[in-house]
Amino acid sequence: MKFLTSLAVFFISWEVFYHLLINDPFLLSPPSKVIPTFLQLLLGKDELFFIPLDTLHSLYHYAYGFLVALSTGLSLGLVAGLYRSFRDFIHPTIELLRPIPPIAWIPISIMLFKLTHSAAAFIIFIGAFFPILINTIHGVSSVERKYIEAAKTLGAKTRDVFFKVVIPASLPSIFTGIRIASGVAWMCVVAAELFGVSQFGLGYKIQLARYYHSMDVLIAYMLAIGIVGLTLDHFYRSLEKKFLKWRRGLTIE
Amino acid sequence: MSDVLVVKNLYKRFGEVLVLDGISFNVKEGEFVSILGPSGCGKTTLLRIIAGLEDYEGEVLLENKLVNSPGQDRVMVFQDYALFPWKTVFENISFGLEVKKFPKKVIKERTEKILKLVGLQGFENFYPHEISGGMKQRVALARAIICEPRILLMDEPLSALDAQTRNYMQEELIRIWKEINCTILYVTHSIEEAIFLSDRIVVLTKRPAKVKKIVNVNLERPRDRFSNEFVRLKAEIHKDVKDEFELV
Repeated sequence: MKFLTSLAVFFISWEVFYHLLINDPFLLSPPSKVIPTFLQLLLGKDELFFIPLDTLHSLYHYAYGFLVALSTGLSLGLVAGLYRSFRDFIHPTIELLRPIPPIAWIPISIMLFKLTHSAAAFIIFIGAFFPILINTIHGVSSVERKYIEAAKTLGAKTRDVFFKVVIPASLPSIFTGIRIASGVAWMCVVAAELFGVSQFGLGYKIQLARYYHSMDVLIAYMLAIGIVGLTLDHFYRSLEKKFLKWRRGLTIE
Repeated sequence: MSDVLVVKNLYKRFGEVLVLDGISFNVKEGEFVSILGPSGCGKTTLLRIIAGLEDYEGEVLLENKLVNSPGQDRVMVFQDYALFPWKTVFENISFGLEVKKFPKKVIKERTEKILKLVGLQGFENFYPHEISGGMKQRVALARAIICEPRILLMDEPLSALDAQTRNYMQEELIRIWKEINCTILYVTHSIEEAIFLSDRIVVLTKRPAKVKKIVNVNLERPRDRFSNEFVRLKAEIHKDVKDEFELV
């Protein structure tokens, strides 16, 4: 109910704002126009702008870049978290590369991968890699010594300590990294597609709608981006709830 | 009775600081021995060395074998329990069996037996943060004794509990010790606790710790904290260690 009220207030304000101050379909579109357009594009009433197909393309770019970031970020993060010398060794490089916005990598990405899915995935990879890496390092390196010692005196070998103590103890931090990374990755999808790495995708179609000056289509695609992003975040939250069941009651959330 | 643990001329330095200055004592099979000393004297370090968590100079022998790494034959119960917050009570207790790859059925049977022994039935599926301090202590104890160690090392395990729970847990500990017939080395800074629990008390000096004296506690069990002999012994030990405690 709260959810619906919040959205209703937002849409009504937008509608009023449009009619009072803009009132020009060339500049902005009101929700009374956008929502019907959105539904039509969802159902495939337009050949060029078909939201489900573009969503799939964007999700492909997202999954491609995100999975590469997840596998490399996690493994590098685990090693760096466990071995202080390695952590100190990679730290300056990480700190140098981390502040460079993923968007700044777009020219290099296009040079390296041309206009391909990989070019888009590369930008998403850059965006997702650092949050996963940093949070994994933080999680692993801050596992309390007492848990490791307790496990050892209870007969755990190095392997057990890693899988039964280090991993579960650092999982909350790793999950935080994954969720931040997912949010950044989804933003990068749009940025990467704006540069026309493929002829499909939510970001690309926003750009296309701008050329056609169809503000209602443009905003419908923006809504789609918001909805998919929200769904992704819900997905990771539910995963987190499932794997971090033990945290319930331990934190204020 | 044969010696389970022998500590001979044990020295420990942290950098330049000498912490343990030639400690020697032994623990016999089935015995309950306490190490009594002022806080900061190195009691915990001594226990950690025996657990295999610290290196040292000298000799620490468990059944004639030199101690040099942690193992299930010397399980330690930590002062702040160190229960795994991501594991339930059941999973915490069965950890030692799990890493030894016992079959699921055996793990279940033995864990249930221990749950009953320490009085935790019905709490198997709770997480550590959902149970009280006294219950956490029971889980920590259960998790250690399920490994059937040759010697159980306990580092001020009751110090975080309130006075009533603490007295009750001391009685419980004695009950469990008798029931499973194990050998316990117990670190405490409380004279009363040491007398209530132990067969012998190893009294340490302040840092660098030496053995000041070893007291035999020849009181019948169950012990009465208010009996004349108990109080007399308490006063006697108190006089002995007064200087050590006051200066800390």
